[in-house]
Amino acid sequence: MASYFRPTDLSHALSALAEGNLTVIAGATDYYPAQVGRPVDHDILDLSGLENLSGISCDDDHWRIGAMTTWRDLIDADLPRCFDGLKAAARQIGGPQIQNTATIAGNLCNASPAADGVPPLMSLDARVVLQDLAGTTELPLAEFIQGNRRTACNPRQLLTEILVPKALETGRSGFIKLGTRSSLVISIVMVAGLVILDEGGHVRQVHLSVGACSEVAQRLSDLEADLIGKPLSADLVKTAHFRGLTPMDDHRGTATYRLEAAETLIKRLLGTLNA
Amino acid sequence: MTAERVPMNFFLNGSRREAALRPMARLSETLREEFGYTGVKVGCDAGDCGACTILLNGRQVCACLVPTARIDGAMVVSADGLQANGFLSRIQHAFLRHGAVQCGACIPGMLTAATEIAAAYENPTRQQVLDGLSGVLCRCTGYQKIVDAVMDAGRDPDYLKNPIGPAGGPAVGARLPRTDAIAKLDGSAQFGADGIPTDALWLRAVRSPHMAANFTLGDMAPLFERHPGLHKVLTAADVPGNKCYGIYPDLKDQPVFALDHVRFRGEVILALVGERDTLDAISNDEVPVTYDVLEPVIGLDAALAGDARQIHPDKPGNVLIAADLRKGAGDPAECTHSAAGQWQTSYVEHAYIEPEAGFARRRGERLEIHVTTQTPYMDRDEVALIMDLAPEQVRIVPTVCGGGFGGKLDQTVQPLLALAAWLLERPVACVFNRPESMMATTKRHPARVKAQFGCDGDGRLQAMKMTADFDTGAYASWGPTVAGRVPVHGCGPYLWPHVTINARAVHSNGPSCGAFRGFGVPQVALAHEALMDDLAESVGMDALEFRHRNALRAGDRTATGQLLVASAGLDQCLDALRPHWSEAQETVRRHNDTHANQRLGVGLGCMWYGCGNTGMSNPSHVRVTLSADGRVTLYNGAVDIGQGSYTIMRQICADALGLSVDAIEQVTGDTDLTPDAGKTSASRQTYVTGKATELAALDLRQQILRLANAEESAPLSLRDGTLMVGAAEVALTRLTADDNNAVLTGEGIFDPPATALDQNGQGEPYGTYAFAAQMAVVEVDMELGTTKVLRVVAAHDVGKAINPTLVEGQIEGGIAQGLGLALMEEFLPGRTENLHDYLIPTIGDMPAIEVILVEDPDPNGPQGAKGVGEPGLVPTAPAILAAIKSATGVRMHKVPVTPDRLRAAIITKEKAKVTAE
Repeated sequence: MASYFRPTDLSHALSALAEGNLTVIAGATDYYPAQVGRPVDHDILDLSGLENLSGISCDDDHWRIGAMTTWRDLIDADLPRCFDGLKAAARQIGGPQIQNTATIAGNLCNASPAADGVPPLMSLDARVVLQDLAGTTELPLAEFIQGNRRTACNPRQLLTEILVPKALETGRSGFIKLGTRSSLVISIVMVAGLVILDEGGHVRQVHLSVGACSEVAQRLSDLEADLIGKPLSADLVKTAHFRGLTPMDDHRGTATYRLEAAETLIKRLLGTLNA
Repeated sequence: MTAERVPMNFFLNGSRREAALRPMARLSETLREEFGYTGVKVGCDAGDCGACTILLNGRQVCACLVPTARIDGAMVVSADGLQANGFLSRIQHAFLRHGAVQCGACIPGMLTAATEIAAAYENPTRQQVLDGLSGVLCRCTGYQKIVDAVMDAGRDPDYLKNPIGPAGGPAVGARLPRTDAIAKLDGSAQFGADGIPTDALWLRAVRSPHMAANFTLGDMAPLFERHPGLHKVLTAADVPGNKCYGIYPDLKDQPVFALDHVRFRGEVILALVGERDTLDAISNDEVPVTYDVLEPVIGLDAALAGDARQIHPDKPGNVLIAADLRKGAGDPAECTHSAAGQWQTSYVEHAYIEPEAGFARRRGERLEIHVTTQTPYMDRDEVALIMDLAPEQVRIVPTVCGGGFGGKLDQTVQPLLALAAWLLERPVACVFNRPESMMATTKRHPARVKAQFGCDGDGRLQAMKMTADFDTGAYASWGPTVAGRVPVHGCGPYLWPHVTINARAVHSNGPSCGAFRGFGVPQVALAHEALMDDLAESVGMDALEFRHRNALRAGDRTATGQLLVASAGLDQCLDALRPHWSEAQETVRRHNDTHANQRLGVGLGCMWYGCGNTGMSNPSHVRVTLSADGRVTLYNGAVDIGQGSYTIMRQICADALGLSVDAIEQVTGDTDLTPDAGKTSASRQTYVTGKATELAALDLRQQILRLANAEESAPLSLRDGTLMVGAAEVALTRLTADDNNAVLTGEGIFDPPATALDQNGQGEPYGTYAFAAQMAVVEVDMELGTTKVLRVVAAHDVGKAINPTLVEGQIEGGIAQGLGLALMEEFLPGRTENLHDYLIPTIGDMPAIEVILVEDPDPNGPQGAKGVGEPGLVPTAPAILAAIKSATGVRMHKVPVTPDRLRAAIITKEKAKVTAE
């Protein structure tokens, strides 16, 4: 018979993980769809009782997003403008029911190439905190997600927190999603960005990322480098900046289309960040 | 095995509850199975459709994605619990007032989501409503009346004091609320999966994952040993009668269970019957089936290739059927102006929110099947053949039908349930899950349409030629119907001296293609409307005026040689569109002068549609009885699949009889109780069954008048069981009641006047035709290739709108499906078998819609009415494609026009322009 465990204490959750091979669920919005027509018979560790993992706080160095924070919690939270892009993504994830249920950490752990949360968090230089009985480890998001549905989280670990540097909080941020319909849609391409300008209006810092154009969303580091020290402008964007992307052909769009759309969307994003 | 039950405390629909529940069971399942709240609808189990939306601590969530354990300490509200003290909630009442309910399967989800909106905003804006409902899919309504209802809900503080009902006067033409609306709003309506007896065994089909394969079955004994709750494995050997079924008597080609060869992905190999938990625990990998996979024949080119593997031994060249039309010998290529092109469409899935479901039980030597269906009598006769029973031994009881659109005109659960219940002598239930529903049931035919149109220098149409090939997939289903309807309609709603059309339905290893709102006409309409635009441009005429000049009118003969004696209102529809068309063209022109990337476009689409079956008898039979205690009962077999036939037949009956709608009780769609009113398809129920209803009611009225010796115009009234003719009471108690408790019975049978088509496609295939013209305005993002439909104006000649609210609902819903066909819907076997990869329009994809009803009465229809079910969809995609052409200069020849396809076409055009310069 399958087991079900819903601890209210993180240490109990970690102990349970240390002992057995458990399927971890947070919002469960990716778990159930994978079980259609299949028995729901896994040994489950349900994190929804871990109230301490919910909510957004800040300390001297970081904004800290608890692993069980839902997209709705994020939308409703009073946050600096560097989170505008992440909030825009939150409003376009699934529909309101999914936003009310699904967690930000779950979106990362599920590691879909089309995860809408990943590009905005990458442009926020997000790091994830992994915890097991031995202690905690921190990883940059780009290292945490290793491929399509693959992460650095081992079966004994939980992702407990997402960290965003406070140093970025004055940045302007944005997100653009491209899909075939208006809601409940998996992205064909999405882009996210964050920019900090100096007093003279020149780019001091810029982070730009593209999702659904490679196994793992990517930062456009060549483009970022070319923009530093210059007035923010879409004119500097060149097709060569997107060479690192490896989009695929599928029923949502061809690879050629995705690549071109990524460039178009990045140019538009820079336009909105400049406004 | 699932985890052990856990005790929980929670508030459910206003009551404090304590129960030990399965922690990981989907909350949707728990609410339905443990608490009987079947108002929670299961549409996908994957969070894609939103039908199971409930409020958890005041927030809308998909109950299918919530582990039951999470309700411990929480407050749960489902649509079943929205009524307070027996009164509809503000939201429910607004849905009733606005006619926002059709099939009803999405309604519980819509209501709970709307309740969350109402809690957040007293008077929500349109955008707030769109955002709040953006996670619930509706396939019937086109969302318009739902949005109106939610916006209006808070605006009438005294809503309960304003009863909704007939205000006196004629019932026909009144915006009466649906007969079945309240049951669909309070969650009590019983759909296919809702009334299953608790002692039922369950059935699950094991289907081929391959498109083409030979197979052998292994020894089932180990499966029974491992799973003691497994009662039976059904295979082809168990079928006592016909091993195959099909729509046409001479085309029963689809096996109930495949014997040793499968022709499509999803074909039934065998069926497991047992306890529900047992079936849930059996994985398909455990079932011993060995496949020898064959290279599948995919698509028209492969199927028609000279060396193609033959899908059926008796169908050489894989051609199921060919149908032609020849009128005159003129060639479009020789006309002063001519235009030509080729169009291609994709598989389209019906995507009704309610998947196939039902249960059967054996009663002695009879079978009773409760099932969601569009066609109870065809189900009865087909099951009888399969079971080797007389038709009278089978009773079909249609449940509330959560959407059909043609997809519930074929056998799905029916034969499997019949066989299992008969052999095991226990009730047996089956509910398809969403991937199964999408994989196994019929689709709209992918089509390849090649056509050339020609006209003279004055812009008068002269000659057209068309060849239309339809991929009908593995089995015949309604393929012959599509091939039959296409030649009649392929030339569009226009007057032609010379017409040549060749249509074929071609077998492949794709899914069986069958009936889907329009039977092939939406596919050919893409071609005829694009060519009308091209010809208009070539002649130098306005696209609307060109159509107006050539519109079929009363007194004209169609391409089949049929004289249209009356009720051909295309010119009137175009007249109604003209001011909108001029205004929209001006708006587009002004906008595009200053916008290079976000371009607007406007386009037209016209259509005609024969109501009823093509060139064959399709009668409806309706009965109206009067009992000794003065009760009038309408025996209405026209199954309501959401379109409203249970409402409008009462309206027609009331006026013909001369009584109020309230006086008409109704018995609906049960083969033991109601006479055969045929299928709910082919836009025939209002016209055909409506007429039969009118005749039955008139027959009863005549009998009453004779009894009272009263004149034709004498008024009838009914009060407290006393029937009055004028001032005189009719003594009903002195009459003898029959078995049906009726003292008087009115019978009405109507078969639309139609004749079979000859080998040249000549004849009078339909009793009447509906006409329509729609205009679409779109915005195209030139750099991304995305299209947003901003506005649709739809002018429809419906003869007479029996219930204008329901007619508008049909047109708005048709437009939504036409928009899906044009822009996003493409079923790919094995890749889009769910509602997140297969996309249908959401609430935010819908344009503003204005419906204009043109009433050019048909002399045969009830009070002049014609059908409207399919006509709503047909002109939409052509209008959208024309609008895209207007915005971009690009003529798209393949649907859906996805962003990548449109962008690629724009690039090709830009490159050609550069080269030319």
